[in-house]
Amino acid sequence: MESGLSPSDLQAVWLTLKLASVTTLILLGIATPLAWWLAHSTRGYKGIVAACVALPLVIPPSVLGFYLLVLMGPHGPVGALMTALGMQRLPFTFAGLVVGSVLFSLPFAVQPIQNAFEAIGRRPLEVAATLRANAWDRFFSVALPLARPGFLTACILAFAHTVGEFGVVLMLGGNIPGETRVLSVAIYNHVEAVEYGAAHWLAGGMVLFSFLVLLGLYRVGGNWAKGAR
Amino acid sequence: MSEIYARFQLPRDDFALNAEFSAPARGITALFGPSGCGKTTLLRCIAGLERAQGSLHIAEATWQDAKTFVPTHQRPLGYVFQEASLFPHLSVRANLEYGYRRIPPAERRVALEQVIDWLGLAHLVERRDPAQLSGGERQRVAIGRALLTSPRLLLMDEPLSALDSISKQEILPYLEQLHRELEIPVFYVSHALDEVARLADHLVLLEQGRVLASGALHAVLARLDLPIAHFDDAGAVIETVIAEHDPRYHLTRLEMAGGSLWVSLLDQPLGHAVRARVLARDVSLATRMPHDSSISNLLTARILELRDDGADKVNVLLAVGDSQRLLSRITRRSRDLLALEVGMSVVAQVKSVALM
Repeated sequence: MESGLSPSDLQAVWLTLKLASVTTLILLGIATPLAWWLAHSTRGYKGIVAACVALPLVIPPSVLGFYLLVLMGPHGPVGALMTALGMQRLPFTFAGLVVGSVLFSLPFAVQPIQNAFEAIGRRPLEVAATLRANAWDRFFSVALPLARPGFLTACILAFAHTVGEFGVVLMLGGNIPGETRVLSVAIYNHVEAVEYGAAHWLAGGMVLFSFLVLLGLYRVGGNWAKGAR
Repeated sequence: MSEIYARFQLPRDDFALNAEFSAPARGITALFGPSGCGKTTLLRCIAGLERAQGSLHIAEATWQDAKTFVPTHQRPLGYVFQEASLFPHLSVRANLEYGYRRIPPAERRVALEQVIDWLGLAHLVERRDPAQLSGGERQRVAIGRALLTSPRLLLMDEPLSALDSISKQEILPYLEQLHRELEIPVFYVSHALDEVARLADHLVLLEQGRVLASGALHAVLARLDLPIAHFDDAGAVIETVIAEHDPRYHLTRLEMAGGSLWVSLLDQPLGHAVRARVLARDVSLATRMPHDSSISNLLTARILELRDDGADKVNVLLAVGDSQRLLSRITRRSRDLLALEVGMSVVAQVKSVALM
């Protein structure tokens, strides 16, 4: 029986970490303004936006992957547009995986940040306004530092959730080594090939990783509870 | 004379603010009224935290009118909230410096050391976690933080109401000092008449989002047609000066327009200004000077107005000398027994004087 990780397995691990890092960074950029708007807006269609953001929590990843494939494929509107602009189409590329992962993990990034913004309330921002801070200044000097635990939670959840994704990747990215073959797909391949030893190494590593992530999360949560008093 | 003029309309589901008043651009103006009368909403409109219809002029500056709405962070004001609302992620010093660092150096008229010294914050300034301060300490830091923006108008929203009575006693002297030493006009929201009587110069009386009366404190307190005249602690506020000390009997004589009042010996020098408050329920009336009374404060007065409360009591507005006003609350029966009428000369017997 083979032992340890083969070079192609290591490549899958590396690709997975890269995908999760890029996805988390992009998600921070998208989720922060979205969470701010959801926390502060009083508009009627806020509920619709909130439902859309939460949708990936309930629909099966394969469904999300399927629609993305249709949308970004050669006959989909996005795919057609990209072809017309002379760009490479997204399915079966790393970039395509990033798009899928961002959508798939969006609620995991938005909700902790939104909760943190809502917990701060309006008062500290009003205080800052009476102390001459303009809107951006208030955001960076008051809202952001006070919401830090929410951002940490969002990062950890988005990262971990991307590491564990399978359905979207399979539908959208297939199985190209070094481009779209991430950990979960590699495990699936090993099991298909009855290479249980190699599958164990990767799967066991995933379990350990997930445990450590959750442990970290609860420590952050604990500190948060203490900080809030 | 430079003035503050405000007019706001703000319809809300449960109540509507429709207030208009002007106040002098100096001294402390109290916005006074029962809970839910809109005084905090009015203060928030002045700060620009609520966007109401209307206009607001602070001396020569226009903060709001039909065309203008200066956003809160561009209004040179200081705001002290009911709860101190210190930033929990900043140290005490960083809290104090938050607004100070955000105004141009040329506009800084108050120095950090000055505020630390004045509010007794020296031992607190290096504390990292403002949550560990006591309620009174937190409110002192909040007042200092607001003052350090060198405001042209200081807004205080019941800064004492969240404090216990010990912390209140700790803060009040600072507010009085503020009154005496700083030239910043202050708007002070309160629902406690004793606080208002102690601190304010001008009084804006609110009820259900409307201004019932606005004027000099002693003048508004001397109006029998307003609901405050029926408060249990209704009374007149009198500005006096220490005129005489009598160490033998441990008494001090306070001189006011039209007479004087004897109170327990004060340790302030002659000529020192003292604000006194005489509650209506502590003033009884006689038609002749009693020569066998134990009450030492007997003032000759003239009845200006009588108004009964619809039950057993009558409020009486008295003139002591030409300008000094005094309130008395007697029973309706006493009024009839003594046959009191407007214009009559009476003797006001002051049973108790509260010094502010």
